[in-house]
Amino acid sequence: MAKQKAPSASLPSRQKLATGITLLLAGLLIFALFVVNSQPGQQATFGMNLGETAFQIPDLVLPVQPALYALVLISVFFGAWQLARGGLRSAGWAAAIASFCFVAAFLIWAAQDGSFNLVGMLNGTVGRAIPIALAALCGVISERAAVINIAIEGIMLMAALTSVVSATLTGSLLVGLIVALLTGALIAAFHAVLVIRFKVDQIVSGVAINIFGTGMTSFISSRYLESNIDLLNNSGTLKVIPIPVLSQIPILGPILFEHTFIVYMTFILVALLHVLLFYTPWGLRTRAVGEHPKAADTLGINVFLTRYVNVIIGGMIAGLGGAYFTIGSVGRFDQNMTAGKGFIGLAAMIFGKWSPIGAFLSSLLFGFADSLQVKMQILRVPIPSEFLAMAPYIVTMIVLTGVVGRAIPPAADGAVYEKQ
Amino acid sequence: MAAKKSAKKPGVTPRAAGSDATVAAKAPSAAAESRGGGSFWANNLLMPALAVFTGLVVGGVIIALANDTAIAAWGNFFRNPFFAVKASWDAVIQAYGALFAGALGKPADVIAGIQLYYSTGDATAFYRAIYPFTESLVLSTPYIFTGLSVAVGFRCGLFNIGAEGQFFMGALGAAFVGYSVVGLPAYIHLPLALIAGALAGAIWGAIPGFLKARFGAHEVVNTIMMNWIAFRLSDWLLNGPMKSGGFRPVTPNVEVTAEIPRFFPDPLRFNWGFVLALLAAVFVYWLLFKTTVGFEVRAVGANPDAAKYSGMSVLRNFVLVMTISGALAGLAGAVQVLGVDHWVGQGFSAGYGFDSIALALLGKSHPFGVVLAALLFGILRGGATSMQSLARIPIHIISVIQGMVIIFVAAPAIIRWIYRLRIGEADRTVLTRGWGK
Amino acid sequence: MTTVLELRGITKAFPGVLANDHIDLTLEQGEIHALLGENGAGKTTLMNILYGLYKPDDGEILIQGKKVEIHTPNDAIAHGIGMVHQHFMLVPVMTVTENVMLGNEPTRSGMFLDKATVAARVRELSEQYGLEVNPDSYVQDLSVGIQQRVEIIKVLYRSADILILDEPTAVLTPQEVEGLFRILKTLIEKGKSIIFITHKLKEVMEVADRITVLRGGRTVGTVSPKKVDTAKLASMMVGRDVNLVVRKKPAQPKKIALAVQDLYVRDERGHLAVNGISFDVRKGEILGIAGVQGNGQTELVYALTGLLPIEQGQIHLVGRTIRRLAPRNVMELGMAHVPEDRQRHGLILTFPVQDNLVLCNYYLSPFAKGITLQQGAIVDNGRKLIKEFDIRTPTAAVNVSTLSGGNQQKVIVAREFSRPIEVLIASQPTRGLDVGSIEYIHNRLIQKRDEGTAILVVSSELDEILALSDRIAVMYRGRIMEILEASKADKEYLGLLMAGIEASKAVKAGPKKKEPGEVERVF
Repeated sequence: MAKQKAPSASLPSRQKLATGITLLLAGLLIFALFVVNSQPGQQATFGMNLGETAFQIPDLVLPVQPALYALVLISVFFGAWQLARGGLRSAGWAAAIASFCFVAAFLIWAAQDGSFNLVGMLNGTVGRAIPIALAALCGVISERAAVINIAIEGIMLMAALTSVVSATLTGSLLVGLIVALLTGALIAAFHAVLVIRFKVDQIVSGVAINIFGTGMTSFISSRYLESNIDLLNNSGTLKVIPIPVLSQIPILGPILFEHTFIVYMTFILVALLHVLLFYTPWGLRTRAVGEHPKAADTLGINVFLTRYVNVIIGGMIAGLGGAYFTIGSVGRFDQNMTAGKGFIGLAAMIFGKWSPIGAFLSSLLFGFADSLQVKMQILRVPIPSEFLAMAPYIVTMIVLTGVVGRAIPPAADGAVYEKQ
Repeated sequence: MAAKKSAKKPGVTPRAAGSDATVAAKAPSAAAESRGGGSFWANNLLMPALAVFTGLVVGGVIIALANDTAIAAWGNFFRNPFFAVKASWDAVIQAYGALFAGALGKPADVIAGIQLYYSTGDATAFYRAIYPFTESLVLSTPYIFTGLSVAVGFRCGLFNIGAEGQFFMGALGAAFVGYSVVGLPAYIHLPLALIAGALAGAIWGAIPGFLKARFGAHEVVNTIMMNWIAFRLSDWLLNGPMKSGGFRPVTPNVEVTAEIPRFFPDPLRFNWGFVLALLAAVFVYWLLFKTTVGFEVRAVGANPDAAKYSGMSVLRNFVLVMTISGALAGLAGAVQVLGVDHWVGQGFSAGYGFDSIALALLGKSHPFGVVLAALLFGILRGGATSMQSLARIPIHIISVIQGMVIIFVAAPAIIRWIYRLRIGEADRTVLTRGWGK
Repeated sequence: MTTVLELRGITKAFPGVLANDHIDLTLEQGEIHALLGENGAGKTTLMNILYGLYKPDDGEILIQGKKVEIHTPNDAIAHGIGMVHQHFMLVPVMTVTENVMLGNEPTRSGMFLDKATVAARVRELSEQYGLEVNPDSYVQDLSVGIQQRVEIIKVLYRSADILILDEPTAVLTPQEVEGLFRILKTLIEKGKSIIFITHKLKEVMEVADRITVLRGGRTVGTVSPKKVDTAKLASMMVGRDVNLVVRKKPAQPKKIALAVQDLYVRDERGHLAVNGISFDVRKGEILGIAGVQGNGQTELVYALTGLLPIEQGQIHLVGRTIRRLAPRNVMELGMAHVPEDRQRHGLILTFPVQDNLVLCNYYLSPFAKGITLQQGAIVDNGRKLIKEFDIRTPTAAVNVSTLSGGNQQKVIVAREFSRPIEVLIASQPTRGLDVGSIEYIHNRLIQKRDEGTAILVVSSELDEILALSDRIAVMYRGRIMEILEASKADKEYLGLLMAGIEASKAVKAGPKKKEPGEVERVF
């Protein structure tokens, strides 16, 4: 019998094929959807300024059709390269190129014969990413200690309500912030007691808290808030604080450094959690508890205490996220105003591979999808706004398929730890 | 893969792995316990009942706190402590009194109604007397379907939080067939509309099921995303393609031939949908416990690894169960639109998703348990409206109570601790399995 | 010699069982003290008490003659006790350094982990005791033998004087066992004292200074290896005289039932785990697959049973190719599988015994008509098999979780043997079982062979392979090193193959002559 050639030890060639075809498909879609539906000679204008900066950047004016053709060429080129040589090592890069080309083409097409403030949209992206990022950070911090927390949605709702009410009553937004943190800590502690002390299924407990949170906030809202808006539900919002010097940087300044206190807190939290998690004893112990609680236990680490602490800190972060909805943006509470952001945050956490920085970057992705759909409604794109509004949810589902890089959760995630 | 990994390491204790002496010695007592009638009833009837009771107590506390008179009385606690307690107690009694009276009606009125009917042939008084109770049954009907939907998922280790979206899609599907198809006889039109509803729900459930089976994407997040997509889609449909001629974003009324027949004249809305729901429960019971399909579903739910090793297809069962689950939730929507409302508007399905989880947990994922739980919830909801109007307690208190009930059902340890009960713990049912594979 | 540790009257009860019943034990400075007993004799419970993982109901612990209280592992560590657990307590995704420092982390600027210092200490310890461990490797990339050394370094890093090793040889090749014993000798030379927990008689005789035998939670006695033989130890351990040999007739191989040609299989992470394997199994013979765990045996079995796709190559089952067949199709062709992890893969613990007995054929007549289950037939089948296979259970309707490990394994064996099968794959068929159950399962396997079934036994217990097999294939890194007749195989030579040393390079220890049909029993 003739001996066949042994298969190569690297990843199957199927992946090469799939990514290559995806890229080609992106090129084809850009052509079919956008090039075909545009006229020659049109121009798209992208605003690059928002407010005052050190100097103003001229608007970016692109001829629509040539720009679209360029994008088609880019994706087709990479697709062909991938099919022929497998030039792109990871599927992630291929997906990134394909989606960048597609989104850019969509923007250019949408802005044809019109003007579109790109920097404004990116500023909006950051703003919209913040509650998602805070939810994701809450997820990271508790799941690294192996406690799944899907109660984030409920925590954010409760914190949103308590913060605006306390801020309105005291007239102090700072009090509102502190109350939001306390609310988050309290509800997270409740979740922790249920799953650690009473060994309730972690997802069931999370769902119960979400139901309770939705019910309780709606109850309070319709019993008290709706009839006493000025007395209880009108706090005003946190001021936008431009960071001196930094906010003067063109493009980056308005995108990153003209926000409210909560946004800057989020930036700091991302960096802080990254350092804490990977460079300190607390982080080492947390990760050990999440991966192999029994090993941690045999080395004298208190598994339960670690989990309580992490879940409660996570709750405070989610509480901050809740405050963002009310005192951070609109200054009043509406029923179910979190609209699934807590769950999207969990998807961001998974996509970010349970790391603070990854979670933040993927939150930006969701924030972008959200911000994009809002801008598109203004641009009178001939697509029903309801379909654009589905974008963040659809992106979440695509991300969860793990087609773009599968992440492995902490090994003990979701498992009850039984101390003997 | 990660789930496997985790199960291997911390899960199996060295003793459980193979110490003969331990397990052998434990066997008789454990067997006696699981066989023993007392423990069975305690775990499946007493504990849920206590969970509901405790949930109502917590709700009562909140009602008392929300009562202005009671709060004012507590302000004067030191001058008149008795009055503070009494005022709170009165507030709770008034609220729950309104709740149950609004849900069940008054038996005396029913008897009087029957007597009146026999003496004069006039049934109006009778109808008025049974109105509250039949209305509770009307409200129970979609609960039975959605509760079954979630329960079927639990039996296969899947957590369907998407009943709300599936319900909505089912309602829209049924409504579409109901109003757009004209001229069919009822015996064809009605089943067709029901099937359309079930199908729409099934598709909405099958998508997360497929994503779970194929990619290991967690169904909890995905079913929630499908909910939001359903809401946005319905916004578009109700404002566009499916909008009736009028001003409001609602569908046209369904044709009379697509309506589920009612038992009594208007305004009583009690209809054959309730019977359909009971039949669905019997069907699910048969499917789960008397067929090879159910055997596989339960095997996959209890231990997907062992099911796979013994030749069952875990992935196929995931898709199948999510399809059945979605179809049941879709039927809930279909029955609601065809039997009760006859048209669909925005927020049509609000709350059913979360309620159905409470139902399935309370009913211990058993079809008949779900029916009992659904009747209870129907009564709570039925009375909530009159509680709102009579006692000024917002309907949302029911969600608060439900949240607490779920917690108490899922954490029997709390109930045992509160009531100092000594009941052996039942076999822990695995409900969920962390993220993805 | 001074006594460093003394346990007096240690008693511990779990619900329904007395795991430790007034156990006494003394450990002298610089000795290796073996704790010998069957699975479930209470060895691990005793050591977990000593390490502060369980709280004893009664009894006291003395260290250096002083009474101490040990409530947590921290207390144990503070008293100089270190434990190398049977299932390694290592975090696979972390480096050796991180694993060693976990729970006892030096810091820089009072906040940041000081990995450099710990890495240096690991190198130092590694050199001092001849352990050869690289502090920067990730644990998941290390072989089992090296992982065990990391565990030892963890203990030494915490300056333990008393080391407890729980079944340390269970996962090692014979050569790695030799290496471990050398390390243990070095440790006692440098003044450490060691408690060595095992159920393997020969190791005890080789390495221990004193032996304490436990049975059913009680101390049977403490003896010196110089004054006893393995037969005496075995009867102390089991409580009756044990037949140390498996009697079996020479195999009567008939035609080929399972043929594997040039097989390649990828594991779930996409790495090639089976790397070009060819062999065949005839009806009426047992082929043993030996090898250290994790050398592709699991993936081989998965490919044979349809649980993993075949990357390349051919599998013929009674003349039919199985490629892209689902597990059920393979099963229907006559494949039976006793999986290595019986509780996770073989049984549905929350299902009754009778349902577990039809787990593979519930959908076939007489257990089903169309899609309706025939409860009567399932109950009858349950009763019949419980009797035939001597499964100890109150009724067929109790959950299988309430059965002992041995009886759970019998449920699987009964289920697989009662179907019409051509080929049987048994993975680690007796892991963690008591002697009685091991005897039973082994006899059943040989009986099935004699009935003309082709049998593949996969085991990391070399003794088991030698006891059961007619031919032996040794797997190393996804390849078969050599297939040899069982009568010509001996432990040393197989050990070299298991370590990946090829036959030509191996110094072939002259194959010992053995009486056919008499093979030493496994412990």
